Amino acid sequence: MRYSGFRVFTQGLSGNRGWRPAWRRPEPKPAYDIIIIGGGGHGLSTAYYLAKKHGLKNIAVLEKGYLGSGNIGRNTTIVRANYFLPGNSEFYSHSLKLWEGLEGELNYNVMHSQRGLINLFHSDGQRDAFARRGNAMLAQGDDAILLDREGVREKLPYLDFEQTRYPIYGGLYHPRGGSARHDAVAWGYARGADQLGVDLIQNCEVTGIDIENGKVTGVQTTRGAIKAKKVAMVAAGRSSQVAAMAGMRLPIESHVLQAFVTEGLKPVIDHVVSFGMGHFYISQSDKGGLVFGGDLDFYASYAARGNLPMVEHVMEAGMTLMPMIGRARVLRSWGGIMDMSPDGSPIIDKTHIDGLYVNCGWNYGGFKAVPASGWCLAHLMATDAPHPVAARFRLDRFRTGRGLMDEEGTGSQHNLH
Amino acid sequence: MRIPCPCCGPRDRREFTYYGASDYLDRPAEGADLEAWDNYLHLRDNPAGVTRDLWYHDPCQAWLEVTRNTVTHEILSAHPVSEVSA
Repeated sequence: MRYSGFRVFTQGLSGNRGWRPAWRRPEPKPAYDIIIIGGGGHGLSTAYYLAKKHGLKNIAVLEKGYLGSGNIGRNTTIVRANYFLPGNSEFYSHSLKLWEGLEGELNYNVMHSQRGLINLFHSDGQRDAFARRGNAMLAQGDDAILLDREGVREKLPYLDFEQTRYPIYGGLYHPRGGSARHDAVAWGYARGADQLGVDLIQNCEVTGIDIENGKVTGVQTTRGAIKAKKVAMVAAGRSSQVAAMAGMRLPIESHVLQAFVTEGLKPVIDHVVSFGMGHFYISQSDKGGLVFGGDLDFYASYAARGNLPMVEHVMEAGMTLMPMIGRARVLRSWGGIMDMSPDGSPIIDKTHIDGLYVNCGWNYGGFKAVPASGWCLAHLMATDAPHPVAARFRLDRFRTGRGLMDEEGTGSQHNLH
Repeated sequence: MRIPCPCCGPRDRREFTYYGASDYLDRPAEGADLEAWDNYLHLRDNPAGVTRDLWYHDPCQAWLEVTRNTVTHEILSAHPVSEVSA
């Protein structure tokens, strides 16, 4: 069923009795050509592009809970392409272009809103670094505008320009940055993949990966054994547990990252604003809630909730930057399980086991990557060659030390990103 | 989260700095191969459950090996690294 304004209108007139479920609930078949472990954003987009772009059939996505039950529904929904390093830059640039055509592609309203992203800077040195980053973004073909203090004041008059701890020197403005409705991205890809014949199998936890003579042959699940020629592990924060079933240790440590949302307010924050010095960023959802977050709690955790010290720190940073939000009441907070890689950049690669692929290490930036991550993993699985924009997301870069992509420049070490 | 420092008693998590998994206690010998260094520096079991990791207590400058649960945030024990046999 195609969605359209006309259909909404006619359904509205006929009591909305004509809507159908957006995807099937198939029983698992005994064998597939390709199995994707993980029904989140990355897994669903991988399945979608395998079917759509590469014309492959006989694909299943196995999800232990319900579709989109992990980080795709727990993030702060920011979409941007403001990366600096070769490897990251072309990948996120490609992803943003996919975002820009996503709603038409999927016939699904993901509420992608390019409201502009402003990264604030607070010193001469930071201005230089941001000017350089902006130039890299322009060289990549994306957009970046360096705003001075008055330029920022014009767009964000509500910031505290008088505070002296982190005086606002200006900001790097990325007009094509913005946000999207995160659940809708998972649902849109799920519906698209289902329509192309992909079996989306929920409540099906993978409990083992079958390997014979160095080649993957299938998986064991809570709903029985399923054979497969190729298997992709796309399990984000749970990647280490999945890889352990294949006898692998990954360069991943799972950390908790908290986020917060206030009660719904009238429109007040028009952009996505980040305050790097205070580890704070904020945007306003279409429903009116202020959605904001900060840094990791900085210890390994699967609790999906954080500790109070980081809550306090994020609130302090928010009050330092924009005291006007002090009266807003926080409605809820939550924690996501982040698959942190040592250098802060992701992995899309084959493993040493024939037919087994891994997609992980998205750190705290996996949401905006969803379209290109699926696009590139699908390319790798279908053609057995890495996609050009993801060729540097190699699994072995930590072992060899070649091609590390430490975007933050803090060092390639687990506790530094 | 409060961590029981063997020197100072139970203290607020804010007094501690997290370093990483206790794999860091098994430093490879000089001349070890790439795989050994990869294991030491990068590859992790990353368990969902009981883990052992290293924390630094800033006030008393003690390095601790903390045994804790990554799912519940329960702290099971903490010992000075100097007493942990590598």
